[in-house]
Amino acid sequence: MKWPAFAYARANSLEEAFALKRAAGADAKWIAGGQSLLVSLAYRLQAPGALIDISRIAALHGVAEAGAGLRIGAATTHAKLGADALIGARAPLLAQAAPLIAHAAIRNRGTLGGNIAYADPASELPACLVALGATIVAASPRGERRIAAADFFVGLFETALAEDEIIVAVETPAPPAGSAIDEIARRPGDYAMAGLAAAFDIESGRLAHARLVFFGVGGAPVHAVRASTALTLHGVAAAQAALAGDLAPQGDHQASGDMKLHLARVLTRRVAQAALGPGSLAA
Amino acid sequence: MSAPRTPESLGLSRADLPNSYIGRSVPRPTARKLVEGRATYTDDVSLPRMLHAVFVRSPHAHARIASIDVARAAAAPGVVRVFTGADLAKVCDPWVATLAHLKGMKSAPQYALPLERATWQGEAVVAIVADTVAHGEDAAALVEIDWAPLPALADIETALSPETPVLHAELGDNLVFTRTADTGGVDEAFANAAHVVEATFVSGRHTGVTLEPRSILADFNRAEGMLTVWHSTQAPHMMQGVFAKQLRLPESDVRVITRDVGGSFGVKVHVYPDEMAVAAMARVLGRPVKFVADRFESFVSDIHARDHRIKGRIAVDADGRILGFDIDDLTGIGPYSVYPRTSAIEGNQVVNLCGGPYDFKHYRCTTTVVLQNKTPTCQYRAVGHPIATAVTEGLVDLAAERLGLDPIELRRRNLIRDDAYPFTSPPGMRFEGLSHHAALDKLVAMVEPEKLRAEQAALRARGVYRGLGFASFIELTNPSPFMYGIGGARISAQDGCTVRMDPDGSVVAMSGVTEQGQGTEAILAQIVAHGVGVPVERVKIVTGDTRVTPYGGGTWACRGAGIGGEAALQSAVALREQLISVAAAILQAAPETLDVAMGEIVDRASGSSRMPLAELGRLVYFRGDTLPKDAPREFVQTRHFITKDYPFAFTNGVQASWLEVDVETGLVRLLKHWVVEDCGRIVNPKLVDEQVRGGVVQGIGGALYEQCVYDAEGQLRTTTMADYLVPLAADMPDIAVGHVETPTRESLLGAKGAGEAGTAGAPAAVMNAINDALRPFGAKLFAQPFTPERILTALGRVAPR
Ligand SMILES: Cc1cc2nc3c(=O)[nH]c(=O)nc-3n(C[C@H](O)[C@H](O)[C@H](O)COP(=O)(O)OP(=O)(O)OC[C@H]3O[C@@H](n4cnc5c(N)ncnc54)[C@H](O)[C@@H]3O)c2cc1C
Repeated sequence: MKWPAFAYARANSLEEAFALKRAAGADAKWIAGGQSLLVSLAYRLQAPGALIDISRIAALHGVAEAGAGLRIGAATTHAKLGADALIGARAPLLAQAAPLIAHAAIRNRGTLGGNIAYADPASELPACLVALGATIVAASPRGERRIAAADFFVGLFETALAEDEIIVAVETPAPPAGSAIDEIARRPGDYAMAGLAAAFDIESGRLAHARLVFFGVGGAPVHAVRASTALTLHGVAAAQAALAGDLAPQGDHQASGDMKLHLARVLTRRVAQAALGPGSLAA
Repeated sequence: MSAPRTPESLGLSRADLPNSYIGRSVPRPTARKLVEGRATYTDDVSLPRMLHAVFVRSPHAHARIASIDVARAAAAPGVVRVFTGADLAKVCDPWVATLAHLKGMKSAPQYALPLERATWQGEAVVAIVADTVAHGEDAAALVEIDWAPLPALADIETALSPETPVLHAELGDNLVFTRTADTGGVDEAFANAAHVVEATFVSGRHTGVTLEPRSILADFNRAEGMLTVWHSTQAPHMMQGVFAKQLRLPESDVRVITRDVGGSFGVKVHVYPDEMAVAAMARVLGRPVKFVADRFESFVSDIHARDHRIKGRIAVDADGRILGFDIDDLTGIGPYSVYPRTSAIEGNQVVNLCGGPYDFKHYRCTTTVVLQNKTPTCQYRAVGHPIATAVTEGLVDLAAERLGLDPIELRRRNLIRDDAYPFTSPPGMRFEGLSHHAALDKLVAMVEPEKLRAEQAALRARGVYRGLGFASFIELTNPSPFMYGIGGARISAQDGCTVRMDPDGSVVAMSGVTEQGQGTEAILAQIVAHGVGVPVERVKIVTGDTRVTPYGGGTWACRGAGIGGEAALQSAVALREQLISVAAAILQAAPETLDVAMGEIVDRASGSSRMPLAELGRLVYFRGDTLPKDAPREFVQTRHFITKDYPFAFTNGVQASWLEVDVETGLVRLLKHWVVEDCGRIVNPKLVDEQVRGGVVQGIGGALYEQCVYDAEGQLRTTTMADYLVPLAADMPDIAVGHVETPTRESLLGAKGAGEAGTAGAPAAVMNAINDALRPFGAKLFAQPFTPERILTALGRVAPR
């Protein structure tokens, strides 16, 4: 199909973006990398009157140290997430997530801000941000506000963002001692049937303070609180058992709900094993 | 010249002749334009005054059209005209897809656009013709259709039960076709057999996914009374006849032009109602109308295939001799049989092909073909073969397991002996010459199963599960009129080629077979160069224009090399003889002392040059006054070829798959794949190998990934490339290909088809390898595709849905 006709304007600053938005009205949408938005236009699932391109706004660019963590501009592409040295050192979970997102061509255009604004429940980055305890920085004509990642992802393709807000950046806290991401997809690059982003400490050969956040198993990233606690207190088997209380996945045509729960358990073991080293779980 | 021609006299197996191109991997002349983006696909053709067609498609699997209001759409910007089924029925007649030799077959009339009911989700219902596609799509959203949903026929198992509504009342029931092949004695053989094993197989509904979608551009020139159609099709002449008949035009007033085609796989050999609508609208408007399906439309309107449930049993004696097969096939084809090949052929092939590689006595196989409210199914690469091969080879492996025999050994005991030909199979297929044992021996040497078995055992001890699976197969190629013609379809089994020499000594060959990206034009050039005696660069090939090429069937069922290639060879050899006879008159030499080699008339004995062909061309075309008065002046020859001794030229082969199953996630990693096949004389080894590899990948697609998933209401859930998974290059294993060459004696060239062998055997090999990997768990899978969920369910790790 062809896109429905729309007006297009590129904003060079946040102020200009807000002015354009005010002029264009409620059916104007921000466009960043276009990798999700343009697909939905091609299917004519939506027909915005105007697209306001925010991908060149300077305030959305750049990766910088902020306190013990990082401030990562919303316009940072997935490819950059995977390649940036600072991110690799201070938020390695995001760097590890990047190659799991789609394919190279999409990673070259798709952005962190667009990805989390779109809030696909099978998306890697939202789960990573929840696992890291990151903060989303949003700007609007009313000013800037900070939203904890755990509060940001409200449901299926739904976020705490107001319609006229722009995600400017993501702030990550001091990196956890350990983090890992793994997922199970039909083919490399596909959205996962189930995935797990985890942050943890390692204390005397055990995982501690684990935050296990699953994706592809609910409407939004699911912080598996019971399993996270069980992993710390009782180990992997207990965490796997506890997952039944944390997750109630709906099936899709690739995987039933029961299968997603099964895969979540497999991922829990794999992530724990990878963190602790081979043979660690044999006992 | 009067001595009979033989493959030897033509030097077909001699690589030492300078222009001996047959058997050489000559690079294909079309490759460069394809990779440089200089091909001409149908969508690349743009005509003055051209319009674009956009279709409103049914959102329901089955619904009555209570009313259609097109007023707002017709008034939308850029819209030229809006057509409903009733509008098009005035200029385009409906068709019924049955074949007389498929006894008792029935189907309902199908219109370009339906009159009263939509019968599958995605069926085109209203057509908009506009100046741009975008305007057409804007207008499509304004068409108001008042739908009255009807119950959808989604389950094939209940299609024939009395409580199920009949889809087309005039047919009386939902049965399209049924046939049983029965040698007799089956019940007795099974009752007395040492072992009987059985399984229920499922072949998932899938589709072709051509890189270039279906595309058509039709123009009716009122001043000439001519309908010209640029069409991405496999069969231009067939479509010429179809357009003419349905639009009530003389066949000679229709011209179909097929330039480059970006893959077809059987998808583009059928009559599609939306394409008929485009031709009809061009006829009405007197303007060019283009339609290029988008991917969403492809998924809901390209033919689907292979939606089968098969119950099978095999009986073996205590020594592992196969006594018989007993098979019950059930398939759903959508609401209409597809014109003109019909949708009953796939089931019919299952009946013809099960048990095919083996020598056994008792056979009973029934196919039951029923209607559904889903996208129509029809012939797709290797029609019926992957299904029959999976059933046969799945049962053979089960028997081997029961007997405690190595699967290779069981096959050795039962494959038809290589010296047993001619051989007629229990369902009546006649084999001229196959090489199952030679192929298996060669495969075993390539695979080295002992090494893999040792590796398998070692890895199992560490919780890694690898499996090795085999599949022997036969493939039906070079079809005669027994396939379609005898059933009354105007589908040509013969094909022709016209070869001419131009004044500069170059050669142009016009062939009725077509190029879909598989390299047909490359092998035609090789064959013509070889046959005439010129360098291959001096040959230009013309295909895909009904006004220009000899009448032919096009590309289907593996016939390009075997039928089209033979016509090319015979016409080329005839041209060579003509060149020699004219040259002999000019040179005052006896024709038997001359030959043509590398573009020169040469002395046959010494090979020394007597005259370049360009000189012969100059004399004949420009200085005819210098020739003897009665010297012939034709440098053009046409030959047509059809097979006569055998209804089909069967080929054979065997495949092996080595893979690893992750028993925690159900994911399958393909490690290596081997194929040995026998397609008779190989014209171009590289093209044959790549056909085999591509075919294997397409077979793997059906085995592991591809499935058109419908819900219980008949809604297709897989309408994007993110939901309908195709195999990705990075996930494919290395595919080693070996050959045995048993040329058919029906032709000089001796070539049979090679395009479907890979697809025919790959799913069975993968299935057997998965079941081999899972043997320690006692888990078995027979339902394709073998998805992670199915594997985990078979392992008892997740609950069945
Ligand atoms: C084939 C394919 C496979 C994919 N696979 C994956 C995958 O495996 N995992 C995965 O995570 N993603 C996947 N994606 C999606 C990809 O990650 C997208 O890049 C991402 O979802 C959207 O980012 P974008 O910059 O392209 O946003 P756009 O498409 O431009 O915008 C998406 C939405 O976000 C809004 N938006 C964009 N930027 C902002 C902002 N700064 N502030 C507020 N709103 C904003 C837009 O208005 C729009 O509604 C896939 C995409 C494709 C096409």
